[in-house]
Amino acid sequence: MSTEVIHPDTHHVDDGHDHGDHKPSNFLDRWLFTTNHKDIGTLYLIFSLTMFFIGGSMAMVIRAELFMPGLQLVEPDFFNQMTTMHALIMVFGAVMPAWVGFANWLIPMMIGAPDMALPRMNNWSFWILPFAFTMLLSTLFMDSGGPAAGWTLYPPLVLQTGTSFAFVVFAVHMMGVSSIMGSINIIATIFNMRAPGMRLLRMPMFVWTWLITAFLLIAVMPVLAGAVTMLLTDHFFSTNFFNAAGGGDPVMFQHIFWFFGHPEVYIMILPAFGVISEILPTFSRKPLFGYGSMVYATATIAFLSFIVWAHHMFTVGMPLQGELYFMYATMLISVPTGVKVFNWVSTMWQGSMTFETPMLFAIGFVVLFTIGGLSGLMLAITAADFQYHDTYFVVAHFHYVLVPGSVFALMAATYYWLPKFTGNMYSEKWGKIHFWSSAIFVNVLFFPQHYLGLAGMPRRIPDYSPQFADFNMISSLGGFAFGATQLIFVGVVLHCAYRSKVKATPEVWEGSRGLEWTLDSPPAYHSFNTPPVVTHNALSRAD
Amino acid sequence: MNLQEKNRKVTRRLVLVAVGMFGFGFALWPLYTVLCEVTGLGGRAIQVSEDNTGAVASDRIVSIRFDASVNSSLPWEFKAKEKVSEFNLGVPSTAYYVAKNVGNDAIIGQATYNVTPPEASLYFVKTECFCFTEQLLQADESQEMPVYFYIKPDLPEHIKDITLSYTFYRHGYDPSDRSHL
Amino acid sequence: MKKENTVIVALAVLAALVATTWLILVAPGLGSNEVNMTRGVTQQSADHFELHMIVLWICAIIGIGVFTVMFTSIVLHRKSRNHTPAKFSHSTKAEIIWTVIPVLILVGMAVPATTALVKMEDSSGAEMTVKITGFQWRWKYEYLDEDISFISSLDPNSNAARQLNSGMVPANVDNYLLNVDHPLVLPVGKKIKFLITADDVIHSWWVPALGWKRDAIPGFVNEAWTNIEKPGTYRGQCAELCGKDHGFMPIVVIALPQDEYDTWVSEQLAEQGAAL
Repeated sequence: MSTEVIHPDTHHVDDGHDHGDHKPSNFLDRWLFTTNHKDIGTLYLIFSLTMFFIGGSMAMVIRAELFMPGLQLVEPDFFNQMTTMHALIMVFGAVMPAWVGFANWLIPMMIGAPDMALPRMNNWSFWILPFAFTMLLSTLFMDSGGPAAGWTLYPPLVLQTGTSFAFVVFAVHMMGVSSIMGSINIIATIFNMRAPGMRLLRMPMFVWTWLITAFLLIAVMPVLAGAVTMLLTDHFFSTNFFNAAGGGDPVMFQHIFWFFGHPEVYIMILPAFGVISEILPTFSRKPLFGYGSMVYATATIAFLSFIVWAHHMFTVGMPLQGELYFMYATMLISVPTGVKVFNWVSTMWQGSMTFETPMLFAIGFVVLFTIGGLSGLMLAITAADFQYHDTYFVVAHFHYVLVPGSVFALMAATYYWLPKFTGNMYSEKWGKIHFWSSAIFVNVLFFPQHYLGLAGMPRRIPDYSPQFADFNMISSLGGFAFGATQLIFVGVVLHCAYRSKVKATPEVWEGSRGLEWTLDSPPAYHSFNTPPVVTHNALSRAD
Repeated sequence: MNLQEKNRKVTRRLVLVAVGMFGFGFALWPLYTVLCEVTGLGGRAIQVSEDNTGAVASDRIVSIRFDASVNSSLPWEFKAKEKVSEFNLGVPSTAYYVAKNVGNDAIIGQATYNVTPPEASLYFVKTECFCFTEQLLQADESQEMPVYFYIKPDLPEHIKDITLSYTFYRHGYDPSDRSHL
Repeated sequence: MKKENTVIVALAVLAALVATTWLILVAPGLGSNEVNMTRGVTQQSADHFELHMIVLWICAIIGIGVFTVMFTSIVLHRKSRNHTPAKFSHSTKAEIIWTVIPVLILVGMAVPATTALVKMEDSSGAEMTVKITGFQWRWKYEYLDEDISFISSLDPNSNAARQLNSGMVPANVDNYLLNVDHPLVLPVGKKIKFLITADDVIHSWWVPALGWKRDAIPGFVNEAWTNIEKPGTYRGQCAELCGKDHGFMPIVVIALPQDEYDTWVSEQLAEQGAAL
């Protein structure tokens, strides 16, 4: 395959003209009423970074309390509020909106569209979020405190939540509405706005993974909304969905929740798969290995995510056949996931690699996500899970797939596309410092938690027996260092946006391919007013 | 069809899917009940039958434990008269529980039940029982509560002992109400 | 391959091996049961431990394999070594191989996993039954065949020390947070069935040395069983978030030889009789 790049006409049309650039000059018009996919993408990314730090500071409270045995800082109930809020904010406020932000910025540029299909809805889907999270966070200041029953909201415990309960449920509803509107927009954009010649199987992997993610979101966010609505009516209107005394079943909530919850974890990781599949080929200077099987593997993972939910609840007491089924189905997920990892390694194999910050984060992702994936395979083994379940081993597992998994992919994506977004190069030196300190401290933070779990430390406890002291202290130190390290990230981003003197070229990276790299850096306010014609596969990753 | 119409069409369809999935969330409730009845999940798949026509006596014997619990919201004593008994499969039998109100007021209780191992509930047939019916007991009143049942003769071989559990709750028990503690 | 390259690859593989060996072998030796799953004192716990070690090793070997290839590539196939990029972008053969081999490995893992599970779920033939009820935040034990029942709560020393800013040093408290006022006493060498339920919210009864945990669900009775092989004191905790004092409702099981257990039972009956 050649490195030939088809230059879409728009590129030249936009060059030196400003008719593609109708930025509103008024601040409110520009940001509050914006319908521009780039501005909305920026809003999403700023919002999620803010939430990342709020959720992160809650993690700092958790790690500080767990620094040594005994309660030194917070009461147990507040500790439970911290673990609950940390999870809700990181899942719904940080990781998911960050991916929607990248989708907004990138999907129109990657498929040669001028904007998202439904720009006004796009504005709504973002602006719901600040209200939802203000409401969620406000519960911390209520008399009864915030929710403390875990982000899984299991009844009957969650029904003991005080005043904040209805606020939490309503906040979850709003987040759901926002995600669904965002997903509808993404699907409509991908279906209807592709440039001529951008066939489905020529689309970049990031677009593919987001298309599948958007379908997952539309399928499961309403189910979560249904589940929390049932909690609400159980609490306020005397229904008995989950009340054993009235013929209901608290375990049914767990089934419904995990029917949402398992696809939800793939919602957070599939776009990451897409990003890694964009970055590795660029810096290996070699096409993505097995584009077709990557698409099918993603679709298979998405499908399997609907039929494995009960592996989160092996200990509730299921009939043997049920336990066996969910064990086998869960083990099967490792096959398409393995295909992805092997394909990434094959993409790097025999390439001509350079190791700029996005590539470092992508490699860090592949290594550490694989560790998280393998511990996931261990957790699938039902009998062994009777020991692992609800211990720090599980905490270590899902943090490995979410932090050096999803979050590293978000970092990689930021470093990769930031020069495109801002038109300036970031500081490679500080990017690398950020990577190496993140990569080291994230392991210091989470690796010892495997040991803690195996040795018998349950999760969600504010205090522990002194036998767990050493590894908790190591983990906390890693946590503080990892948290502090993320301030470097903010510094690098701000420097890149406002201070960097190094201008980015349209291609930015030597090996970059795809429509977004044919636009200026930064691209015009409205890109591709005239659709480019994609005649060559060089613009896609397919061959 | 122009772009705007195409976008509207996709939006309409996807909104319908989302609304449908919201409904599906609620539909999981009856679906779950069906799943429980088919697989025994939850151990509540006991059949209630008007008569004993399905009962075909067998030589095989199974041991049944009659377990009783009272939720702390209800000031009752509740136990089985015989805690463990052996029964021939397929023979209509009766077991008795006794409930006594040890509180100072008349109070209505309501019982839930389940069977372990859950699979065994598929073979449990009750012709009459007190589960989920409201039971009024005056202060100090006690009452005998019979369970008429038989075990289907095709109970799988590996099930040798079964536990039937009842838990009494105060009628209208609200899990979020902690005032009785 | 150039000599220099061979050396680099060998070093990378060596580093990967050393790191993994440390993680799996050396680290667990740092302190007994501090870093790995306990082998426990029942057949179930031994089964689950073996199963855990099998999957751990399989995962470690897969991980070493993948990372070795990857780091070899990172060392060799870099622009700074003037490596020219290859052009290949797929290989049906390779993709079939790395779909089929994992499936075979999974089938291999599924066999012992299924066996252990089938054994775990066979609760028939128990010789005694104990009912466990979870409360916020204590456990109630009822010996259904003996008319013994009692409540088991966090012991007073731990409870005093665990208060916010108590000024007490946890390390100085005997079995801090893992000690109770009334331990569950059980005989060794007997198949014991547990009926597990809860009064208020969901709890989970877990003693690692017995090899499993099982949720205690209000309104439902779950069952599980054990057969303890060795006398001793085994400690565990509630494993399902159950409110503010979730971390403070430990479990202590004292396993006694049958004769000592019988003595304990008669003492308990006498005590309870005296109380009436």
